[in-house]
Amino acid sequence: MNWSKYSAPLAFYPLAGKMIPWFGTIAALAIAVGLYIGLLVAPTDFQQGEAYRIIFVHVPAAWMSMFLYVVMAVWAAVGLGLNARLSFMMTQAIAPTGAMFTFLALLTGAMWGKPTWGAWWVWDARLTSELILLFQYAGVMLLRTSIDDQRRADRASGVCALVGVVNIPIIYFSVQWWNTLHQGASVSMTAAPKMATIMLTGMLLMTFGFWMYSLAVILSRVRCVILERESLQLWSKPSPVPEVVEVR
Amino acid sequence: MSQPGLWETLRGIIWRDLLLAIRRRSDVAISVLFLVIVASLFPLGVGPEPAVLRTIAAGVLWVAALLACLLSLGRVFTADYLDGVLEQMLLIAQPLPVLVAGKVFAHWVVSGLPVVLLSPLLGLQFGLDGEALGMLVLSLLLGTPTLSMIGSIGAALVLGVRGSGLLVALLVLPLYVPVLIFGAGAVTSSMAGIGGEANLSLLGACLVLSVFFAPWATASALRIALE
Repeated sequence: MNWSKYSAPLAFYPLAGKMIPWFGTIAALAIAVGLYIGLLVAPTDFQQGEAYRIIFVHVPAAWMSMFLYVVMAVWAAVGLGLNARLSFMMTQAIAPTGAMFTFLALLTGAMWGKPTWGAWWVWDARLTSELILLFQYAGVMLLRTSIDDQRRADRASGVCALVGVVNIPIIYFSVQWWNTLHQGASVSMTAAPKMATIMLTGMLLMTFGFWMYSLAVILSRVRCVILERESLQLWSKPSPVPEVVEVR
Repeated sequence: MSQPGLWETLRGIIWRDLLLAIRRRSDVAISVLFLVIVASLFPLGVGPEPAVLRTIAAGVLWVAALLACLLSLGRVFTADYLDGVLEQMLLIAQPLPVLVAGKVFAHWVVSGLPVVLLSPLLGLQFGLDGEALGMLVLSLLLGTPTLSMIGSIGAALVLGVRGSGLLVALLVLPLYVPVLIFGAGAVTSSMAGIGGEANLSLLGACLVLSVFFAPWATASALRIALE
């Protein structure tokens, strides 16, 4: 099977349409089970009490915020390198979801910080660098909308996204490089996790659910972007929301 | 006639930008005056207690330097973009990143160096003592070229875009944060008696990285703006 044909927006549009319900369903199931485990099954933490349960949203959201930025930058690099239109459409579609997760991570972090640290916000390296990530998402999106020429908007915001990747390792390692109030990582690839298995299961399920949710939302957004940009193409003419176009 | 070499071209570009800046002295004066005024506003707002001023001095002076650099970023490429010189520069048969580095260096001499030279005076206003003053000058000397380097990426990305002045602030200020933290940190920790060398090393690392990568990113942003 020749996968490269899906780099054409015309061919990708129906494929994305077929995938969205699957990713959406998996996301709903994973998030439902993850929340059930997190809120009802997992035991109360002996130090932090019930307040710790916000991590079932906070940690996956923070992971996704960084992960999506990297994915966005990768699509930007592919677009700049191979001059592929669909890559830039993906970059455009990912940014709002990434910004949403960044905001969610900051918001849930504040909700957790108030009962645990006694402050909504502290100027700690982890929190500050995550806040900067939010500004970077905003910068990438605003740069795109400020430039009228589509091609230049794509490429300029792509370069902007790539430059910002520098912040991702800073966020990730901030808890090791500086003495932060934010606790160090409880989960790592190399060592045994420092938390109960049931908590870890809930958190990983939530992460998986958020990931699938991102895929579903990004694919539907990229479909809108395709329709917007290719509105002059014949295949998108018949109705504002065309049915699946057969491509053979 | 033989082609001028890379070194002559680079020297020509730096010399031209410096000459233009000398001919338009008021532009330089504005960003320096801006720095002085911003730094002078803080004692008026916070109150004249020497102890308070000494604590906030490093942060305030660094933020003022950052804003002065931001204010001058529009001058790096805009004039050349409008009169077509930039387009000719892209056609020069020398690597564009090197030429960009030359322009950014000229920008630093015009807007960053005055800040460094003026900083001891402003530091005195805030009651810093000798050692802290020296650390302030050193940290600015290492940090302001990084600001110019990073800023040039933003300046190239927003060339000719509407509302570019505010947009460049949004793009560039998040990337300025590490420089601000290390720069102000160097002064603060030297005042606390633990020495600012660690922060200076980090500033130096930022400078090396930005000198290596930023001209390259700026060059590709310029090509995008002018294609």
